[in-house]
Amino acid sequence: MAEKVLVNMRGITKTFYDIKANDDVDFDLKAGEVHALLGENGAGKSTLMSILCGLYQPDEGTIELEGHEVVFRSPKDAIAQGIGIVHQHFMLVPSLTVWENMALGSAERDFIVKENATCARIRELSARYGLDVDPLSPVWQLSIGEQQRVAILRMLFHKAKILILDEPTSVLTPQETEKLFETVKHMKEEGFGIVFISHKLKEVFEISDRITVLRRGRVVGTLSAREVTAEKLAEMMVGSGGVGEIKVGVSRKPPGKPILIAEEIRVRNDKGLVAVDGVSLTLRENQILGIAGVSGNGQGELAEALAGMRHIERGRLYFTVEDVTSASARRMVDLGVKYIPADRKGVGLVPNMNVAENVALRKYWRPPYRRGFFIDWDEVYRDSGYLIESYDILTPGIDVAVRMLSGGNQQKLILARELSDNMKVVIAMHPTWGLDVKATAFVREKLLAAKEEGGAVLLISEDLDELLMLSDLLAVMYRGRLMGTIEAPDRSHIEKIGLMMAGIASDGQGGKKEHD
Amino acid sequence: MDRGAKKSMIKIEKRFYISKGQELYIILASIILALLSGALMLRLMGVNPWEAYGMMLKGSLSDFYGISETLAKTIPLAMCSLAVGLAFTMVVWNIGAEGQFVMGALACTAFVRYFYTDSAIVMLASMTVTSSLAGGFWGAFAGFLKARWNVNEIITTLMMNYIAILLLQYFVYGSWRDPTSLGFPMTPVFPESARLPQFFASRVHAGLFFALIVALILWIVVRKGVWGYEIRVSGQNPRAADYAGIKSARNVILVMFLSGAIAGLAGMAEMAGLHRRLQPGFAVGYGYTAIIIAWLARLHPFTIIFVSFFFGALFVGGENLQIAMRLPLSTVQILQGLILFFLLGGEFFRSYRISLTFKKR
Repeated sequence: MAEKVLVNMRGITKTFYDIKANDDVDFDLKAGEVHALLGENGAGKSTLMSILCGLYQPDEGTIELEGHEVVFRSPKDAIAQGIGIVHQHFMLVPSLTVWENMALGSAERDFIVKENATCARIRELSARYGLDVDPLSPVWQLSIGEQQRVAILRMLFHKAKILILDEPTSVLTPQETEKLFETVKHMKEEGFGIVFISHKLKEVFEISDRITVLRRGRVVGTLSAREVTAEKLAEMMVGSGGVGEIKVGVSRKPPGKPILIAEEIRVRNDKGLVAVDGVSLTLRENQILGIAGVSGNGQGELAEALAGMRHIERGRLYFTVEDVTSASARRMVDLGVKYIPADRKGVGLVPNMNVAENVALRKYWRPPYRRGFFIDWDEVYRDSGYLIESYDILTPGIDVAVRMLSGGNQQKLILARELSDNMKVVIAMHPTWGLDVKATAFVREKLLAAKEEGGAVLLISEDLDELLMLSDLLAVMYRGRLMGTIEAPDRSHIEKIGLMMAGIASDGQGGKKEHD
Repeated sequence: MDRGAKKSMIKIEKRFYISKGQELYIILASIILALLSGALMLRLMGVNPWEAYGMMLKGSLSDFYGISETLAKTIPLAMCSLAVGLAFTMVVWNIGAEGQFVMGALACTAFVRYFYTDSAIVMLASMTVTSSLAGGFWGAFAGFLKARWNVNEIITTLMMNYIAILLLQYFVYGSWRDPTSLGFPMTPVFPESARLPQFFASRVHAGLFFALIVALILWIVVRKGVWGYEIRVSGQNPRAADYAGIKSARNVILVMFLSGAIAGLAGMAEMAGLHRRLQPGFAVGYGYTAIIIAWLARLHPFTIIFVSFFFGALFVGGENLQIAMRLPLSTVQILQGLILFFLLGGEFFRSYRISLTFKKR
């Protein structure tokens, strides 16, 4: 049965703004296999899959489904042919229940919605594939892992035979990932064709039968997962330049004085709910404190509170001996508390403004940038030119809007601005999210350099490998609390970290098991 | 499926970059298309369109009288456009320049009525201040509602226009009516000391300098100043403004106050420089046309002056069309509407381009 070819894409070419996102790409998928698509950001994975699910039309090339050529004019056509995609963001309606989300966009549209029949089918499907979920609960009440199950179930509900999973594990705990993989294996046995998009080598090895590596829009090769090594794949992904693991802990200075101290702080989120519930932590000179956790457990609110951007309702925050509990964002910057927000374009930059105007963003109120009522733009431009050079930022010019820059260069610009002067504390939230291998390495090196220079660094990330690589201390955040701290964390702690991420404290300290 | 049917494709693509030349080209193309479709409309009305356009040009720009009339219209248009342009810089949609303009006119008329003195300097200076404050508070109220409760300023500023216009009517039909006006709704003529000088025996008045000075100040403050930088950041990305410690809420109120104050000042200039008495017909929609002008000028203060002159010519040309060819006022308004329509359509091409490809098979 394994040889039935479900999808055959030949010579796919797609050009955006004179850049070939896909250049003569061949890709095929057989029934009963998991075919991984591997590549850096911008390698063309999403473009290829967007073409397969009808979102884009290729400039050239053909798509065959089970031997018949098809042309998809819209995602609807693709869904009708049994192609389903589970996006990173699940595209569910939070206020509706699980079954209502399923009924939406269903092919058989009746005037009256059949609640009972729909629920019955959902229960049947979830039992068959091990995707536990209650059809009657509203989506907003579900955890991220559960929402993903709903998104997969929705595709099965729409009778998909071909399932595209776009970076499905990036939002999951290790345990949830394992569960997802069981489901995928089960579906594989039933003859589904599954495309698994990822840039995590380990997972790709664990789950896939074949691996296609894309680089700069072209296929580097399609290989059997059993015949290839991780080194080989990494090299294929980034090209002959090599990955170059970054050197860690060459000169481990002992941690110095405490700089930023939070005592039992409580912070609310935008909806007015308690997001950070009594967190205490100490950031010391020459030390990186890592915080792991599934996103949405209060990390963002914690970072904003420490950066002076969010009201601290209870507890105290000290900068060395000064009480900065109610200090403004500007005061914190002046003290040297720098912040690298998770949302680069939404918070960290003004995308429509140029490089110099973005360099000024967090310093314009002080000389030498400010001169009375005016901003000394000559000075800002000089500084920007210097930062562009020393941080190796690729930009057509200083007066170019930063939305024109790639994600990596945008992040470099933020780093340059935040780290370049008067840096005492760095709060970095998902600093390498969505970056390619080289930019990721650059950001990590800069964070390590900041630590070497005496900076107290707080690193909030979802990437466990990154946290283990950089952190001197690691804490796990779950539902607004810190679930205990691990010193000098390494791979042997992964099991324990995973349990803490799921809210199970492995030892007595920190966090409660029961929650309201 | 059907390969033969898909020979060629029209593709719409986002553009990354647009040059100044391309931008100008798009604007010119929009105006030409607007004039062409205007010609079609005039044709349908049974008028020779080229003759009509010629008449508009002749009335507005061909002689001293025409140019001076165009300049007289340019003054309120430019000041209202500078007013809304400042608000738009912060992405605050002040649609209420018309009302703020009327409030400015009302306030200085009230001043003339109740606090009259013989000294022109005292009179004009006080009228400037009262009118600016009146327009400013009229705008700031909408700004406050937005800052405090996030009330949509488009709705509030628009609604407050009607309040201002009805207030105006209340006074000119009521207690402020000139007893010697034979029942016409208008106040008595302003005394000498409350008038701005006019030049060259035309209706061009000193308000022109107001417009130029305001444009210069705005250019300096918005493009070079710290505060201008702050409001641009707040407008472009409010969350980045929080990150930079900018107090956006306070700035919304301040921007709406200043925007309203400029429009209010325009109202004073219109009263003291041109009409010299309050009457209902003086607000003919400059505050709304200002939205088009500010947008066309890409909010740049100096460009606003030039575009206002163009629209002034359109107004005066339209008046000539009414007189010489007996066409209704609506004709000009339709022409303006067409220009706006095509310009907004042209906006699309600023961020997208359309390419036609032919598939070879």
